[in-house]
Amino acid sequence: MSDLTLNGIRVVDTFAEAFDVAGTAIVVTNDTAKWAMIAATTMTGFATSVIGCGAEAGIDAELSPEETPDGRPGVRILLFGFEPKGLKEQLIKRVGQCILTCPGTACYAGVDGPTKIKLGGAIRYFGDGFAIAKRLPDAAGKARRYWRIPVMDGEFLCEDSVRAVDGAVGGGNLLFLGRTHSETLKVAEIAVEAAKAIPGAILPFPGGIVRSGSKVGGRTKGMMASTNDAYCPTLKGRAGSALPAECGVVLEIVIDALTSQGVSDSMRAGLHAATEIGSRHGLIAVTAGNYGGNLGRHHYHLRDLLEKEG
Amino acid sequence: MSTLTLRAAPPERLDFLAINPLALSRLSQAEAERLEVGTTRRGVRLGDCFSVSLDGSDTLTIEGGHERLDRVGAALSEGAIRITGDVGQRLGAGMAGGRLTVTGHAGPYAASGATGGTIIIEGDAGDHAGGAVYAAKAGLDGATLIIRGSAGAHLGDRMRRGIILAGRAGAFAGSRMIAGTIAALAVGDHPGYGMRRGTLVVGAHGRMSPTFVETGAHDLVFLRLLARSLKGLSAEHADLLGRPLRRYSGDLATIAKGEIWVAS
Repeated sequence: MSDLTLNGIRVVDTFAEAFDVAGTAIVVTNDTAKWAMIAATTMTGFATSVIGCGAEAGIDAELSPEETPDGRPGVRILLFGFEPKGLKEQLIKRVGQCILTCPGTACYAGVDGPTKIKLGGAIRYFGDGFAIAKRLPDAAGKARRYWRIPVMDGEFLCEDSVRAVDGAVGGGNLLFLGRTHSETLKVAEIAVEAAKAIPGAILPFPGGIVRSGSKVGGRTKGMMASTNDAYCPTLKGRAGSALPAECGVVLEIVIDALTSQGVSDSMRAGLHAATEIGSRHGLIAVTAGNYGGNLGRHHYHLRDLLEKEG
Repeated sequence: MSTLTLRAAPPERLDFLAINPLALSRLSQAEAERLEVGTTRRGVRLGDCFSVSLDGSDTLTIEGGHERLDRVGAALSEGAIRITGDVGQRLGAGMAGGRLTVTGHAGPYAASGATGGTIIIEGDAGDHAGGAVYAAKAGLDGATLIIRGSAGAHLGDRMRRGIILAGRAGAFAGSRMIAGTIAALAVGDHPGYGMRRGTLVVGAHGRMSPTFVETGAHDLVFLRLLARSLKGLSAEHADLLGRPLRRYSGDLATIAKGEIWVAS
């Protein structure tokens, strides 16, 4: 371990290794902010890891009525997948099961990009031939096509297609090495709040935090990933452990963003927020997870994030 | 700004299909004056009826319209044409883009087959505004048509996409609509007659066809989007959507995916 420090906390001179992913954003609106959030929370459930869930998703921002296409409260959701085809499948399933079903919701594209993903144009078949397409200019005068699908509370309105962006990145991360569970959790919570405040970035794990960091493969045949034994405190003292003796807990935050800059900014915000309060909460060090640099083409070196402004 | 100024009433109907800012910008004044605009063997040329002043810009003003000027702006794809006065039939027919403004009245079939751009008629429009000409597949096909005054019968007949706003409209507004949106402060008898899809928003209407069924009052998100779209075009029409609305579904004699919203 090196001797980088930030706010008196040791920062390991290593890097987070992240991957190119397919990413999109949608805006979900409802008559009340409460029901918009219910729909968004439902849709982004079971979306912590692409490997196990098919997609990684999270809530990017709550939107005021002035920020949404229909003048109602809304939520911007980000969804990431390995590639556009898988992303499309997940998007249609999640909107179909969680947004279409939620009383009062409507669904719109939330980002512009080069790859078109048919959304309302696919879900319209639920309308059994009664769905109506409507093309209307938006506030900027650009024509947008919507599907109006008859449902039992009126209509589900969904934009015909959304866009996937180029340059989305998944897997930015920080690991917080602490002494006790409660104190390290507090540090991670503060880091999550700062990291998710960056527009276009989400932290898909529960509360933004993952305790089961993984390595590629495992000793059991067929395992794609298994526990990151180097950072398990109960395995300290064995060959391969990366933890100092005083470390009792490691918690990780994982970041996906629509741009590489978003990942970098989000990691920077999380790193600074955590180290600013770290000394009061038993934080020993901050490090990052990587696979030797051979799997993902995006490397976020912690030494590059020490300055508060990127 | 290029200007054509009418010197005397045209001796016959004139066809202005070839007269637009883009076409004139490639011509000298003498060449422009020699453009044939007549519709008989008399061979009337532009310079016979208009004094021509060109500056190569993308804006053309026609000073002094006349109801014998047909197909004004019909080939417009960019730029703007403004006519002070009246025009004849097929104003902006097949227009693809740009902005066309008439300060007077327009004849029948205005904006027929127009796929883009905005057409504004400050006065009245004749029958079949935004409607299909004989044997055409569609009427208005994506453009925006705004009629500040009244429109005749069959407004938006067989229109396929786009938006039409009118002060008042005659009978059979939105007849045989394929899709699109029409908003009018009042329409005559049988609105939406034979419509397949599409949306009519009206402040008042004449006799409703028996093949429309009332579905009640609905607070739909779509109406919010439509109101926002119309607000930039006409606050008066957007206000219709702020009033209590009853919805009629039809025409049940076709596939019945059309709707008429009636403000009360």
